[in-house]
Amino acid sequence: MNRFHVTRATGLSRFALALSVLLVVVLAAAPWWGSTATLRLIGEMMIYLALASLWNLLAGYTGLVSVGQQAYVGFGGYMLFTIALYLGWNPLVAIPLAGLAAALVSIPVAKLVFRLNGAYFAIGTWVVAEVFRLGFAQMSSLGGGSGSSLPVAIMRDMASSKAMRESLIYWAALALGAGSVAFVYLLLRSRIGLALTAIRDNETASSSLGIAIPRIKLAVYVCVAAATAMVGALIFLQKLRIAPDAAFSVNDWTVLVIFMVVIGGIGTIEGPIIGTILFFVLREFLADLGSVYLMILGALAIAVMMLSPQGIWGLIAGRRGLSLFPVGYRVETRGEKP
Amino acid sequence: MSILVLDQLSKRYGALLVTDGISLSVDRGEIVGILGPNGAGKTTLFNLIAGTVKPNSGTITFDGRDITREGAAVRCRAGISRSFQVPQPFTGMTVFENVLVGATFGRDRAGASDFAMRALELSGLTRKANQLAGSLPLLDRKRLELARALATDPSLLLLDEIAGGLTDSECHELLEVLREVNAAGVTMVWIEHVVHALLSVAQRLVVVDFGRKIADGVPDAVMASREVKSVYLGDDVHV
Ligand SMILES: Nc1ncnc2c1ncn2[C@@H]1O[C@H](COP(=O)(O)OP(=O)(O)O)[C@@H](O)[C@H]1O
Ligand SMILES: [Mg+2]
Repeated sequence: MNRFHVTRATGLSRFALALSVLLVVVLAAAPWWGSTATLRLIGEMMIYLALASLWNLLAGYTGLVSVGQQAYVGFGGYMLFTIALYLGWNPLVAIPLAGLAAALVSIPVAKLVFRLNGAYFAIGTWVVAEVFRLGFAQMSSLGGGSGSSLPVAIMRDMASSKAMRESLIYWAALALGAGSVAFVYLLLRSRIGLALTAIRDNETASSSLGIAIPRIKLAVYVCVAAATAMVGALIFLQKLRIAPDAAFSVNDWTVLVIFMVVIGGIGTIEGPIIGTILFFVLREFLADLGSVYLMILGALAIAVMMLSPQGIWGLIAGRRGLSLFPVGYRVETRGEKP
Repeated sequence: MSILVLDQLSKRYGALLVTDGISLSVDRGEIVGILGPNGAGKTTLFNLIAGTVKPNSGTITFDGRDITREGAAVRCRAGISRSFQVPQPFTGMTVFENVLVGATFGRDRAGASDFAMRALELSGLTRKANQLAGSLPLLDRKRLELARALATDPSLLLLDEIAGGLTDSECHELLEVLREVNAAGVTMVWIEHVVHALLSVAQRLVVVDFGRKIADGVPDAVMASREVKSVYLGDDVHV
């Protein structure tokens, strides 16, 4: 006995990890090889990759199907503006502070919406986001309903040259995009991930085995809120302008994100990555078509959901459950290789 | 010294009084067998003790502490562990991962993997460690229930019909394991219809019928009592 050990990685996953690290290094060097337009595009992809990975953690792994994450995108954006305009601090410092503020705010929000289940939870989160929107529209110090802009002086404080500012914002986007995927992966590999998988399978058995389900769900909700607010802060640092309708847009920050996650594969780490890439490819080729483009997106989403509820990654992974980022455990006994 | 004390515990589902003022105390290190016809309220009693459902009235004291209002997770970490009569595996996880959940969250010391493997070994599931729990046949699912319960390092183990369907030699192995676990200091309460298996380890028998405790005492006396005979009259009981 005791002649065993537990492995987490596979040959494929080591390869995928090495490739991911290489990709991040190449992307980090983009300011030296890419044009301003390229930086913008990759930066935007990273922002959506972050939002998609975070929403997937919430809905796909934790069962908290929120359609109100725009509450934290907008909140993060407004926190950035508040900190930069009224405290005069560097906007890059404001990004993590916006995350921290969102974490604090998300706790009472969670106490409220966690009383609701299923569809009521989803609607509840949406209502909360609307309350946020109406609340910020009342704040005349932040421009009320018409919003406000970041003065050029504040941006100059961040970096004196335009190119440097663009690079800094791009790196922040890359850090949030790659960081969100890494965060989700590491979280799912941790004991919290083990608990989430168990809860997803069977709540009764989970709590009988010692898992404090409400505490785990709250922890995930708060972490996702904080990270989403950091992404929101960056989004509006890039835009230089914020107004309630744009900040708390359900279409931009939740509907598109759900589309990406569902198409790519909900409840998988790979899904949001595939979904984000696919969305941007489609947009590049089809955006000229106007409203037909949105109809194609909708039709595609329905087709994928009917063909494969696990999305495109579900089709690729197949029944054997292939995984580039495995979070499970394999027992290997001595002298026996599986 | 009692590890578990139930005082006037009642549970009602609609008009049905499923647990009807049950009082029971279990001593540390004891093995108590529970008998009773189907629908008597045995599983509900476990649900109440483990915190899966809350009683309408009465109190539950464990290790000298009133846990009546505590949730299942807190009770598990306090040392109460149970198997489900209808197995509740995490179907999308492997057998090892199922047990690792108990070893990680049900106890607070390090070394969860080793503890999980030990529980698998005791339950005879070592060779199936990497199989998906959803692919297991019923008997293995029951073994997994035992393994997960053991992995939480309990001081009180509640077993709900784990011997049904076993061959004689498998049943013998199970009894050996239960004796070993009990010898290590684990108190047990065991609901079982396989009466000969129950009688070979139980030091005390409790009989439940219509939600009420109708007998409680040493096995021989309980089996010979008028109450038990009347409950099982016509029933297929092999002693
Ligand atoms: N969740 C529930 N809702 C309604 N009735 C229940 C529920 N659980 C158990 N019962 C009823 O309680 C009675 C006792 O069930 P149970 O405790 O499972 O009995 P046993 O384990 O002794 O066979 C049965 O009549 C059963 O139908
Ligand atoms: Mg039962």
